[in-house]
Amino acid sequence: MEETGSQILFSAMKEENVDTLFGYPGGSVMDIYDEMFRQEIRHILVRHEQAAIHAADGYARASGRVGVCLVTSGPGATNTVTGIANAYMDSIPVVVLTGQVPTSMIGNDGFQEVDITGITRTCTKHNFLIRRIGELHGTVREAFRIARSGRPGPVLVDLPKDVIQAVADPDGCPAAPVFSGEGDSADLEGPCREALKLLSAAKRPLLIIGGGVILGKATGLLREFAKKLQIPVVSTLMGLGAFPGTDPLWAGMPGMHGSYGANMAISRCDLLIAIGVRFDDRVTSKVEAFAPHAKLIHIDIDPVSIDKVLQASVSMVSDCGPALGALLRLAEGGLTRPASEIRDWHEQLHRWKEERPLRYCRSPKIKPQYVIEELYRLTGGRAIVATEVGQNQMWAAQFYRFDEPNTFLTSGGLGAMGFGFPAAIGAQVACPDRTVVDVAGDGSIQMNIQELATVVHYGLPVKVVILNNLYLGMVRQWQELYYGRRYSQSDIAQSPDFVKLAEAYGAKGLRAVRPEEVQRVLSEALETPGPVVMDFQVEPEENVYPIVRPGAPLTEMVFGPSGTNA
Amino acid sequence: MTDPMKERAIAILVQNRPDVLARIAGTFSARGFNIESISANVTRNPAVTKIIITTLSTRETIARIIKQLNRLVDVLDARRLRRTQAVWREMILARVSLTDERKAPLLKLLDVHGGKMVALEPGSAVVEFSGDQQTIEEILDRLEALGMEDLTRSGAVALERVKP
Repeated sequence: MEETGSQILFSAMKEENVDTLFGYPGGSVMDIYDEMFRQEIRHILVRHEQAAIHAADGYARASGRVGVCLVTSGPGATNTVTGIANAYMDSIPVVVLTGQVPTSMIGNDGFQEVDITGITRTCTKHNFLIRRIGELHGTVREAFRIARSGRPGPVLVDLPKDVIQAVADPDGCPAAPVFSGEGDSADLEGPCREALKLLSAAKRPLLIIGGGVILGKATGLLREFAKKLQIPVVSTLMGLGAFPGTDPLWAGMPGMHGSYGANMAISRCDLLIAIGVRFDDRVTSKVEAFAPHAKLIHIDIDPVSIDKVLQASVSMVSDCGPALGALLRLAEGGLTRPASEIRDWHEQLHRWKEERPLRYCRSPKIKPQYVIEELYRLTGGRAIVATEVGQNQMWAAQFYRFDEPNTFLTSGGLGAMGFGFPAAIGAQVACPDRTVVDVAGDGSIQMNIQELATVVHYGLPVKVVILNNLYLGMVRQWQELYYGRRYSQSDIAQSPDFVKLAEAYGAKGLRAVRPEEVQRVLSEALETPGPVVMDFQVEPEENVYPIVRPGAPLTEMVFGPSGTNA
Repeated sequence: MTDPMKERAIAILVQNRPDVLARIAGTFSARGFNIESISANVTRNPAVTKIIITTLSTRETIARIIKQLNRLVDVLDARRLRRTQAVWREMILARVSLTDERKAPLLKLLDVHGGKMVALEPGSAVVEFSGDQQTIEEILDRLEALGMEDLTRSGAVALERVKP
């Protein structure tokens, strides 16, 4: 029986268990949307294509599944480029379906035509331009396989209108092409034994974990490994939630805005076991001074990450799960190491935490850190928290303790403002029974503010926490610390009344201007069965501390305004 | 330990699919690496293309490039091609203006290096040579002295020697 390209597309997605699409219609995808009318798949209509890709991304981060978005050609496709680059940097599995002009018109500067496969060639894991209906089914299946396998990433499939409109007998189509898969997992036993040998001899071992542990769905094995061998754990921004933030072995988040305890742990450890991390510069700062006394064991699924920034004594190119499984198996008998040596290290880490915990000063104005602390308390630490980028992002990472994976959704590698709100939408769609919060700044929230229409349209009870300081906060902070307080173009005091704006879209708007009002506003929002925007008017010139100046060693942390080192 | 910048080569086997070459070139340019020469053609398996690329880099950089190439979905295998462990050839087609004094030295050059006269034009000749990079450089020096007017030079092709 003959099927249209649209029908074949939906069949392929059904085979991939896709139940949700985030999208926005347009000329090149009219036929797909027409077919969608007859299909059972859920489609969330956003209000900007950038929100479609960020929502698919948030859906993927929260659920562990492949996120899918559908946009039209030309400007629809180019509006997804930021989101694609974002997914690429953070290794998130998404499939981006873009419409395209008919194959006969490609390259002739047609209406709403762009060479999206060319534009996204270096920010997708892979992309395809489908030229014949016969390749459609197989290629779509292959796109999903590539997106989720090995080191996950975004895959774009460009769909010319004539291919979508064509008809074919699906049984006559060639089988899905088999592309060379990721390399087979190397033999792990040898390196694991080496690693355990180093571990037995180490007096100050430290685990550093990253996004790879969450993507590899290996958080259970990680916890078992850390607890069994009593190794303290620090986590990068992308790894928050992989190890419980409330566990005694948790030693914090290191890096430019990392805690004192975590940065000291890195700087003094004698063995660093890195799992699913790529040693981004926000984490390492001055590479030569990073973990200077430690041997490195590096486990990562992508060989490109190994020996890219730091040289490893033992490395394993492997999915985190199998590597941790092998380590656990081989460590069955326990390690031959006097318990007292490692106890000293634990006590040292504890002392560092006590000496300089993450803190801030109270004031008559609302402190943004206080808002996050209250959010943490009132959600029982169990919300899914998406963030925008900048100060709001750092405070959320510092003051909300994440105990579960897939609950902290943040644009780490690309640092794309405007990510949080649509990502929260995607997460809420993926997890309808969870509380989902977007922590935003007044600058960031305006980048995809139009998605208020989406949350109201679908009744998605996303809670938006705006830490409103009337500035582009992180930029202003750098201008204060490193550019002689010259606040060039970082003043956004001219901002809308967010409560009225929320109400204009049909959502609830709440405001707090004094610390005493914070708890009431948060409680009311969390109890409201619908979307809520909260405008917290916070201390305008609050800075994120600690801060390590770019290029400085992690030990050179600044804890407060100069002259105070509060 | 020194790690000098010098010309190094990579042999890449790829799926013969549209835009694979663009992807390979993109990997180089996106990371700031430059392609000095490139040759690409389909192998006896029509689904597989072989590409030889030379680039100016350090040993550490070429190792990194190769890892990134191997990560591409369409790349079947990318590996170092060491100068000393392969047979190398490049080909040139050159137009030389023909005068009475130049005819004899040109014919001698063709004879010595096994070159061919490919076309005779009014007042000029097109000649063809192949050889390893050093030989080609020498031939080009000689051709320039003989009044070379135009030149096309292929990318390097290479085949690894069988290990004894």
